[in-house]
Amino acid sequence: MISTWNLPLGDGGTAEELLVAFDRQRAIRMLVCPAWFDEANKLRRFTLEVMRRLDEAGIDTFLPDLPGCNESLAPLDRQTLEGWRVGMAAAASSFKATHVLAIRAGTLIAPAHLPGWHYAAQSGQKLLRAMIRARTIAAREAGREEKVEALLALGRSEGLLLGGWPLGAGLIRALENAEPVLAEGQHELAQAMLGGPGLWLRAEPDEDASQADALTQIIAESLR
Amino acid sequence: MTSLPTIPSDADAAALDRELKGLIADVLGLDPVQAAAFGPESGLFGHLPELDSMAVAGLLTEMEDRLGIVIEDDDVDGAMLETYGGLLAFATAKLGAG
Repeated sequence: MISTWNLPLGDGGTAEELLVAFDRQRAIRMLVCPAWFDEANKLRRFTLEVMRRLDEAGIDTFLPDLPGCNESLAPLDRQTLEGWRVGMAAAASSFKATHVLAIRAGTLIAPAHLPGWHYAAQSGQKLLRAMIRARTIAAREAGREEKVEALLALGRSEGLLLGGWPLGAGLIRALENAEPVLAEGQHELAQAMLGGPGLWLRAEPDEDASQADALTQIIAESLR
Repeated sequence: MTSLPTIPSDADAAALDRELKGLIADVLGLDPVQAAAFGPESGLFGHLPELDSMAVAGLLTEMEDRLGIVIEDDDVDGAMLETYGGLLAFATAKLGAG
């Protein structure tokens, strides 16, 4: 279930990254594009719970790390949105994925050629706004005054440390205009369809069996 | 043609009150019953252990999303976050101005 995959790098080499997969060589092979940064931690358990349920429903799932994310040793501040898009496309082809389940900002890099679902999609701009706001509020509590606009300007030119995540200037510039796009065969899966509040809102990582059941059921039934 | 200023009705005010309480319960993981019992003087920031700076950021972002308002840096001050009444008055004013 836990292994690694080799991500092709532009220079001809490869990088070894973590892979969590339920691979039983079944017809439906679903690539999972997880949430990012703080939301990745809040939703990791939930994501795995959904994968376990999809496994029981007869669906293979693949959750790859991208460079700079989760257990990756690659420096986060050197990663770009385009690099992650290329990485997810490489993952899709390496696992012979037939479908995609993209979560929150993970929808920004979901391969467009795969049918599947966007769960609670988030735009790059909203992601950035929430992270910058958390930083200005923390600064204010510490007796410092930081302005959103000034931080954004700094981020665009030099990069920015947001909630402990060092984001490069290229990534920040790209996120400002990144919108999730539903490609042909991809469907929106809104939080309201799961019958409870989104777990990324929690102060601590949490899980919710009934929401995981609901998400799995929607996917499994539409594939039937 | 002149347009009449919109005066929020009691029904609108009650709907906003419900929406805001539901939103706080969702963001902070509170029991909806606890949130529904909030009154104007109920303490928020500095009173609820769940409401730290990350949670405040999450709360404001959710308010923007669900209420369709934009919250500026300068809007965020102690009075707005200290009590439920302060937050409700802020949301009401923002919606009226929008």
